[in-house]
Amino acid sequence: MSEWRGISVFIEQDNGELERASLEILTRASELGKKFNEEVLGILLGHELDNLIREVSRYGADKLVVVEHPDLRHYNSDAYTETMAYIINKYRPRYLLLPATRNSRDLAGRLAVKFRTCLSAHVIMVDIDEKDRKLVTAVPGFGGNIVATVVCTNGKPEMATVSPGTYEARPSDKEAVVIKESVPEDIIKSRRIELIEKKVSPMPDLSRAEKVVVAGLGTGGDLELVKEFANLIGAAVGVTRPLADMGIVPRDYQIGTTGVSLRAKTVFVFGASGAPHFIYGIRDCGTIVAVNTDREAPIFENCDYCIVADLFDILKALIKELRGEVHA
Amino acid sequence: MLKNIIVTMKVTPKPEEIRFDPVTKTVDRSKATNEINPADKNALELALQLKERYGGKVILLSMGPPFWDQFLKMGIAMGADDAVLISDRALGGSDAFVTSKVLAAAIKKIGDYSLIITGEESEDGSTGQVPPGIAEWLGLPVVTYVSQVVDVAGDSIIVRRTIKGGYEVVKVKMPAVLSVELGVNTPRFPDFERLQWAQSEFKLTVWGIKDLGLTENEVGFKGSLTAVTELRELRPRERMRQFIEGSPEEIAKELVKRLGLK
Ligand SMILES: Cc1cc2nc3c(=O)[nH]c(=O)nc-3n(C[C@H](O)[C@H](O)[C@H](O)COP(=O)(O)OP(=O)(O)OC[C@H]3O[C@@H](n4cnc5c(N)ncnc54)[C@H](O)[C@@H]3O)c2cc1C
Ligand SMILES: Nc1ncnc2c1ncn2[C@@H]1O[C@H](COP(=O)(O)O)[C@@H](O)[C@H]1O
Repeated sequence: MSEWRGISVFIEQDNGELERASLEILTRASELGKKFNEEVLGILLGHELDNLIREVSRYGADKLVVVEHPDLRHYNSDAYTETMAYIINKYRPRYLLLPATRNSRDLAGRLAVKFRTCLSAHVIMVDIDEKDRKLVTAVPGFGGNIVATVVCTNGKPEMATVSPGTYEARPSDKEAVVIKESVPEDIIKSRRIELIEKKVSPMPDLSRAEKVVVAGLGTGGDLELVKEFANLIGAAVGVTRPLADMGIVPRDYQIGTTGVSLRAKTVFVFGASGAPHFIYGIRDCGTIVAVNTDREAPIFENCDYCIVADLFDILKALIKELRGEVHA
Repeated sequence: MLKNIIVTMKVTPKPEEIRFDPVTKTVDRSKATNEINPADKNALELALQLKERYGGKVILLSMGPPFWDQFLKMGIAMGADDAVLISDRALGGSDAFVTSKVLAAAIKKIGDYSLIITGEESEDGSTGQVPPGIAEWLGLPVVTYVSQVVDVAGDSIIVRRTIKGGYEVVKVKMPAVLSVELGVNTPRFPDFERLQWAQSEFKLTVWGIKDLGLTENEVGFKGSLTAVTELRELRPRERMRQFIEGSPEEIAKELVKRLGLK
């Protein structure tokens, strides 16, 4: 058997919709590939992928391995795990990086046990050790307060899922050589999970928004004024976990460890207490303004401008102030 | 009619009460309140509702130190029928690979199961790796991030799963592993009388690794495939923390000015 060589990146897509975090990871992999002289391999599964192939091949991979099959159009835990296992056995990459999204975490958790190999989860840094070339990652835990440096001690491919937004996606001048692979039919067909119905709507990418207005449980789920204010300043709207739990907005709008991490320049937080799981999602932002009736709320330790007031009063005043300016 | 419904349950310290010692570079959990991992409460609630609709026996399964027994008894008081705790000194330092292996071995030993129900992730480790890991060890299908059970039909279960931008409904053959999304239901309170019974009479099953046919080399630090080489605190950056006072109108004016919102 050949040696395990190269850095592979799982390029996540669903029904032709690319998961942008894959490109971020591919960009990072190509930096590491240059530094350690390892070939970078993108692995893309799906159906009717021509547009995606063109886009993905510009992000620094040496090779892009593509498996197209109608049954791979949507993520299927069984079909994807078996197809990936087949590709891994054929190409034997030393490292395998995946985005830390729901579907890729599902896939990664199964592959790690299948290959009896190490897996670091939702890492916020990925590197290779200069000396022994082991995969080194930074893994946040305890609500994101504590970060562990984790190394792979055994198994191949050395795996990690990387948190979306950790690296920046940058196109390169290199274009990947596209290799179309086909896998035996029975690998894809012997699945135990069948898709019955699927409903998705396009989601704004909050991790890239310049301004975000976050509604916490203090709003009681009434987002009317929050939305109006956000509109006026050209901001995206996000929520804390309880509002997503209540089903007021889809989970994709949730900020925090189990949601999105923001990179915004300006963030307004209305009626959120400031739990560690939430703060984690705004830690890298520029200016943070928080409005809360409770002076002792922990959010005030983690913001730049603290306003002890009823959030609805402040929102009304802000809207009035901004509208006044427009008409003046 | 469902057979055993095994619910995995972890006990986790509240993150806001964790302290980090910068000198010894260790995590001090001793002052933190422990609780049933929040998502596992949702998993248990889902399991209890399933039992009410389709029958079966709800069995709790934990791998942790002996003091977790009180939390398992809480789960019994919520309505679980039985509980198993895997406790062994050799298990210290187990990563998700080992944890899923040990839990899978225990699930095999319990046997006769239709469903394994877990939380989407644990509050401290939050890897979300254990559920798909268990599935792979047992050769079972897994559906992660389940928000709702739609129906049980013959040897299949139909569930709704949260995905990016929405949801999907899938049908999966049982036995299967389901990981339940945090917050998808309101876990019931423990029944007071049942709690008293659980605390005085209920006999918890405790197994060591030998009971599962595992050796010391396969578990704990030795059996893990990842190692933590360093811990550090990720403090959110220092913020200005400037209080702006005044009437709402004054505050609004001030904010618009300072942030250049016009
Ligand atoms: C495993 C796990 C993962 C989690 N992940 C996340 C995550 O990703 N994101 C997340 O947000 N949470 C997450 N949580 C939940 C988190 O721990 C907190 O419970 C949550 O962030 C609290 O949301 P909140 O601040 O909106 O609500 P609360 O804590 O209830 O705070 C509401 C605040 O609003 C204030 N308020 C009330 N009325 C008004 C008013 N009229 N005007 C002004 N202020 C008012 C109150 O003083 C209070 O401080 C997670 C929890 C667990 C266990
Ligand atoms: N030590 C454990 N004992 C019982 N269940 C566990 C344990 N660790 C993880 N789990 C289960 O696996 C789920 C996901 O955990 P994790 O993969 O650690 O994020 C949890 O919600 C639990 O249901």
